[in-house]
Amino acid sequence: MTTLTNLTLKIWRQDGPDGQGRFETHQIPEISDEASLLEMLDILNERLIDEDKEAIVFDHDCREGICGTCSLMIDGRAHGPQRGTATCQVHMRVFESGDEIVLEPWRANAFPVIKDLMVDRSPFDRIMEAGGYITAPTGGAPDANLIPIPKPVADAAMDAAACIGCGACVAACPNGAASLFTSAKIAHLNLLPQGQAERYKRTSAMVDKMDEYFGSCTNHGECEAACPKEISIDNIAVMNADYLKSKFKNRKALSRR
Amino acid sequence: MSITLDPKVPEGPLADKWQHFIANEKLVNPANKRKFKIIVVGSGLAGASASATLGELGYEVELFTFHDSPRRAHSIAAQGGINAAKNYQGDGDSIHRLFYDTVKGGDFRSREANVHRLAEVSVDIIDQMVAQGVPFAREYGGLLDNRSFGGAQVSRTFYARGQTGQQLLLGAYQQLSRQIGLGNVKLWNRMEMVDVVNIDGRCAGIVCRDLMTGEFSSHSAHAVVLATGGYGNVFFLSTNAMSCNVTGAWRAHRRGAAFANPCFTQIHPTCIPQADEFQSKLTLMSESLRNDGRIWVPTSADETRPAAQIPEDERDYYLERIYPSFGNLAPRDVSSRAAKRMVDAGQGVGPLKNGVYLDFSDAIGRLGEDTIRERYGNLFDMYERITGENPYEVPMRIYPASHYTMGGLWVDYELMTTVPGLYAAGEANFSDHGANRLGASALMQGLSDGYFVLPYTISQYLSDWLNKPIPDATHEEFAKVEAEARDRFKQYMAVGGTRSPDYFHRELGKIIWDYCGMDRNATGLEKALSEIPALHEEFKKDLKVTGSDTSINQTLEKAGRVDDFFELGMLMCHDALNREESCGGHFRSEHQTEEGEALRNDDDFAYVSAWEWSGDMAAPIEHKEQLEYEVVKFQTRSYK
Repeated sequence: MTTLTNLTLKIWRQDGPDGQGRFETHQIPEISDEASLLEMLDILNERLIDEDKEAIVFDHDCREGICGTCSLMIDGRAHGPQRGTATCQVHMRVFESGDEIVLEPWRANAFPVIKDLMVDRSPFDRIMEAGGYITAPTGGAPDANLIPIPKPVADAAMDAAACIGCGACVAACPNGAASLFTSAKIAHLNLLPQGQAERYKRTSAMVDKMDEYFGSCTNHGECEAACPKEISIDNIAVMNADYLKSKFKNRKALSRR
Repeated sequence: MSITLDPKVPEGPLADKWQHFIANEKLVNPANKRKFKIIVVGSGLAGASASATLGELGYEVELFTFHDSPRRAHSIAAQGGINAAKNYQGDGDSIHRLFYDTVKGGDFRSREANVHRLAEVSVDIIDQMVAQGVPFAREYGGLLDNRSFGGAQVSRTFYARGQTGQQLLLGAYQQLSRQIGLGNVKLWNRMEMVDVVNIDGRCAGIVCRDLMTGEFSSHSAHAVVLATGGYGNVFFLSTNAMSCNVTGAWRAHRRGAAFANPCFTQIHPTCIPQADEFQSKLTLMSESLRNDGRIWVPTSADETRPAAQIPEDERDYYLERIYPSFGNLAPRDVSSRAAKRMVDAGQGVGPLKNGVYLDFSDAIGRLGEDTIRERYGNLFDMYERITGENPYEVPMRIYPASHYTMGGLWVDYELMTTVPGLYAAGEANFSDHGANRLGASALMQGLSDGYFVLPYTISQYLSDWLNKPIPDATHEEFAKVEAEARDRFKQYMAVGGTRSPDYFHRELGKIIWDYCGMDRNATGLEKALSEIPALHEEFKKDLKVTGSDTSINQTLEKAGRVDDFFELGMLMCHDALNREESCGGHFRSEHQTEEGEALRNDDDFAYVSAWEWSGDMAAPIEHKEQLEYEVVKFQTRSYK
């Protein structure tokens, strides 16, 4: 264990959605490299309370990199410098003594700031409600081993399903697009045999809902680089292919009327 | 409200009780279901699955969560798997065996009929989750794969890499999202339930605080389901998420719901040891790792060499030595205490000598690194991110930490608390795990309660209320409870002391961990019972909350939760002091065998303690539900 000294934090403070934001500077004289970045914020908040100041608001919960609640632009990068790592899993050992660390909320029009470093990501829930499911009401499901699913297919679905819904992909995207998030759910469900019945309806409903809130994808690939679960942009190709097909499928259905 | 404990266990032989209940329960016809409003609090496995299913059935459902999205609930962090008596491996599993393992694993302190029902519906859960698209691990032939878990001699655990909880919660969340999209479930996010309202002897609704604006509001319903999780964060350091708290269950308790077996808490054997004084939480390493990892400590307390240089004959594989038939897969309580004994004896490893090794070198030698990566890759990565050590090269270091709470709101067979119309599901109730929960059984219970139990049992109560008026949120009792809640939060703001809520939480956690943790005794518990009220008094006088109460204020949220942890901590200690035996996660050092194993007292303590709130946290009132075993015979739990 070593101790980092003399860190400077520049942290975004904003009173509310309509407030004028500003950077606030705080000094961290010393901190153990075993501490996580969020533990450093905890310590800073304790200090602020001690000084009768309001604690910095930030979203966080499981601190195990799985719930997707945490969100920070660390030195301008969504979830910070470490690949495949959510903010809550960033430990101080990735920084050096004397560093200046800039902490900002997710940058995206679709995710307005609530306060300080906390943003509103509810458009993700709206996309899920539009079609991010397989219709399978409770009861009446067939035996789980009735449909064998080849292991590579199950693995590919799992790779896509690992998305934690944190929003880093949107924050990292110059267009504020949500294609990686939306396509990960579409690919997860569209790859599986259980998901075939609603495949095209799901794809078109989710993509249309996504377009109500988010920008368009222009293949920058920043999303994949920022994703704490390293979800592949191949999923976006799956989504686009199925979205295109969904248009033909619908025409076919119309022509039968 | 006086408390009577009627477990309402149905007639008939054990294996027929649930079918008997279903055949005879009162139903609400589909057209009438929309006349009933049900409030669900919490969006974890139990809350999400209950909301989705009740919405599908046609009830008007409102779901409250303090998270920004229902997908964040802490069920998501469960790693290892979910048990089900499918017997897909043909290794002798059956509903009876899962039932029996669960009762035995719970050290004979759970209600037989509830556990049998859990084992019965376990098979439906797997079918349901696969139909929803949960990508469980599969064999090359395409069929589902299983692994084994502590406390069982069969492979009945279904898993999705090391992220089973995530995949199951997302499955339930997807089904819930569909119901929200269809308008059958109304979602209230960033809303914290702060009290329960009872009118004329039944639960009439809840009072909430909007975390974004600080506003209080009342919500009435025909029935309320609390799926608010466990209280493991009372220890401050635990594997629970930062916002997990007891407020939902505790406020219900203060309004008349009995709280059962609060001293039954689970200390999980495989967590990453604490690295520093300021640490905010501990991280679990899945129990599934014990399938391939071997646990050991150096035989000498003076050992200073790195693990790889310590020769075989100077290592003590103590679980394999003491419990040869279960070895590294001994149940959680047994493994945790064994680790504590090793560390207490000075044989701990790591810079603070506060852990034991979990070593994969044999498994890597036997199976290759690729196979191990396939099975546990994400856990190994997580370990490396937290500790900076590569577990493919050096053994992991682990130590027990608070993880799960078996105790919770007392419920009858229908999952109703002692307050009519108020239900508790998932970890929030006490129902299925007795004094110790087996691995991969929490996911099973959460989904069982939400998908397959509550949707059946709730109509039994609701049918009596058809076409009868219920008080709405303008009733004076709602106004009264809302005013009390508002005053309480105003008071936290007004104290103007010098210490933050986190300070008090940390101090409280230390007391509970030292005296009501893995090893308890009368002297320590009495000490805790005098120290907690003193600290609580200090909290009331010296608390400091900065910021405002009209916009989001996480310090204020924390103050309310810590306040409730004080009272709960008292009840845990009362319960632990009262239970003069050792069983499961409750180990009283006065009651142990010569080998240091738990010594149960079935003659005097084969009961559920269900506590009534008296208005004074120093004087709770105990009620007892005697446990009657029809099928299972008491025996000493032996994993040797």
